[in-house]
Amino acid sequence: MDFLTLLQVLDTSVRLATPLLFACLAGLVCERAGIFDIGLEGKMLASAFFSAAVAAISGSVWIGLLAGVMASVALAGVHGLASITFRGNQLISGVAINFLASGLTVLIAQDWFGQGGRTPSLSGGARFNEIKLPFADLLSGLPYIGQSYAELFSGHSLLVYVGFLTVPLTWWVIFRTRFGLRLRAAGENPEAVDTAGVNVIRLRYTAIAICGLLCGLAGVYLATGLQAGFVKEMSSGRGFIALAALIFAKWRPWYALFSCLLFGFFQALSFRPDVVKAVTSLDVPGQLLDALPYILTVVILAGFVGKAIPPRAGGEPYVKES
Amino acid sequence: MSVLPKWADAILIPLLSILISFVISGLVILYLGLNPFEALRLMVTGALGSSYGWGYTLFYTTNFIFTGLCAAIAFHARLFNIGGEGQATLGGLGVALVCLAVPWPHWTLALPAALIGGALFGAAWAFIPAWLQARRGSHIVITTIMFNYIAAALMVYLLVEILKPEGSMDPATRRFGPGAELPLFSDIFGLVGIPFSSSAPANISFFIALLACLLFWLLVWRTRLGYEIRAYGHSETAADYAGISPARMIIIAMIVSGALAGCMAINSVMATERLVLNSVEGAGFIGLAVALMGRSHPVGVILAALLFGFLYQGGGELALWANIPRELIILIQGLVILFTGALDNMVRMPLERMFLMIRRPGRQGA
Repeated sequence: MDFLTLLQVLDTSVRLATPLLFACLAGLVCERAGIFDIGLEGKMLASAFFSAAVAAISGSVWIGLLAGVMASVALAGVHGLASITFRGNQLISGVAINFLASGLTVLIAQDWFGQGGRTPSLSGGARFNEIKLPFADLLSGLPYIGQSYAELFSGHSLLVYVGFLTVPLTWWVIFRTRFGLRLRAAGENPEAVDTAGVNVIRLRYTAIAICGLLCGLAGVYLATGLQAGFVKEMSSGRGFIALAALIFAKWRPWYALFSCLLFGFFQALSFRPDVVKAVTSLDVPGQLLDALPYILTVVILAGFVGKAIPPRAGGEPYVKES
Repeated sequence: MSVLPKWADAILIPLLSILISFVISGLVILYLGLNPFEALRLMVTGALGSSYGWGYTLFYTTNFIFTGLCAAIAFHARLFNIGGEGQATLGGLGVALVCLAVPWPHWTLALPAALIGGALFGAAWAFIPAWLQARRGSHIVITTIMFNYIAAALMVYLLVEILKPEGSMDPATRRFGPGAELPLFSDIFGLVGIPFSSSAPANISFFIALLACLLFWLLVWRTRLGYEIRAYGHSETAADYAGISPARMIIIAMIVSGALAGCMAINSVMATERLVLNSVEGAGFIGLAVALMGRSHPVGVILAALLFGFLYQGGGELALWANIPRELIILIQGLVILFTGALDNMVRMPLERMFLMIRRPGRQGA
């Protein structure tokens, strides 16, 4: 395998890792605050549809982005209502949200566009197009470093760069601000937060809103960056891979970056069976590569490789003492 | 603690929750440009208006009874088995392998063998997450979700690479052979002279599903094991103190759960007479809605499964006659799960307040 093929595979990995990264960080903020969210998938899907649909109608990807994020935040609001206000089961609520999104997107898509549950394909200003970093053309002649710069670092859509910048931002907010400290405390010991005079309910709703925002960006990237339009079930389990990446990362932002890149790399490999065969000289079935993130997560969860300990108060509704 | 009488808890709350889900679904249908009552009429005619419609409705109902019981037994042990889908997928593999292994002379031999095959494979697929939860402390919800995806990938691999007959383009096994054909409702009712559509797939598995409900009831409420499972579900610490091993309860409840999901395949796979990709078609997830709505009781499960069977067949008819995709059912399913499961307190809290006011008319604001 030559260097350029490697770069291509890595480039695809970065593209595929981006939606995982957004969703994974979304889950991180939410679960750090003590709310389990297995509805990442549904929020991503809803956002993908509404961003593509509104972008197709308005012709502007930015209005699409707004619509997608709003749809995702609205579903996050339902999750908050169920799991915070009405103290319901957070897992059941997450499952419900996934179904709501998967049903509603197709119903509305059919009603608006009549193309069997898809949106028209997007082009021009209705998409996030690739950004060429400065000097990319100039440096592409330079072997290795220049090629990497031109192929791997340059030429992604804006949201890819935003996604990677969200990692340090999340780290800073969660670990270096007062809000982050309180957020983590709400996930570990909400009584203590309450005793300190901080409103746990409001804190958790804020976390859920941030989760909705980030899931929204994941969906927007999916439909307007990675692909040019919405198709039925286009999130195809990415919300669950993100959940797996979150556990793999032990609920830490920098680890999340690496686990998402790793899982993105697996997805990229399953598109290139020829490369896998050339490198390993084994006939690895593509299905094994598809399943690898899930298998790895099970192994990690089982504690065979390190131990993944979730936030202690996760999944428990907080009942204020009265 | 409980302010509500038993009937209100078991019947009134689920009914109100379903009513809310249906009103919202109706509004969505209205938005899509169809009169909701007209939609309902189309669904009722399509699903219940003919023996053909009933045949499909009861065929789906059979699937949902099995997956509903699968989720219900896990709920009794306070386990959230979201892996019914994967367990039913593996159950399908078990059933298919049994049906293909031997040229069965008659369905009376093939059916019990296939039942055992499906149950074993489903139970095995549930055993791994159960063991991991019991012994290694990994969260069963996450592992069962992962196992759904692993099952799907495994099935694609097996059907495309191994089980597909030579020269076929279709990712499916070869046909099972005439000895594995189950008697359809038309055959069964034909014996007593009742005409029934012979093109509908409802078959003898429906009665096996009803039998499973009876056995489920006996297991949960009439045996020591069932008592232990429920005790564990109510309070892990109390059960542990009473000498009930939590690890044992998790593993047993999940094995039963997986076996029930696997049994679904006698209906779905044997009726199609070969194993195809995605033979479960989301029935594993519908099981969650069915169990929540049916309050994890076999009678409730049967009624809820019948409702979803009706929605499934009726939704298909709606897709055929009106410009409304089948995905309407997924939306309704999501709403039912949301309102009967996660937003239970939204219905329960005002109702409790109301009952308190009725009971103590003299004292306001309890």
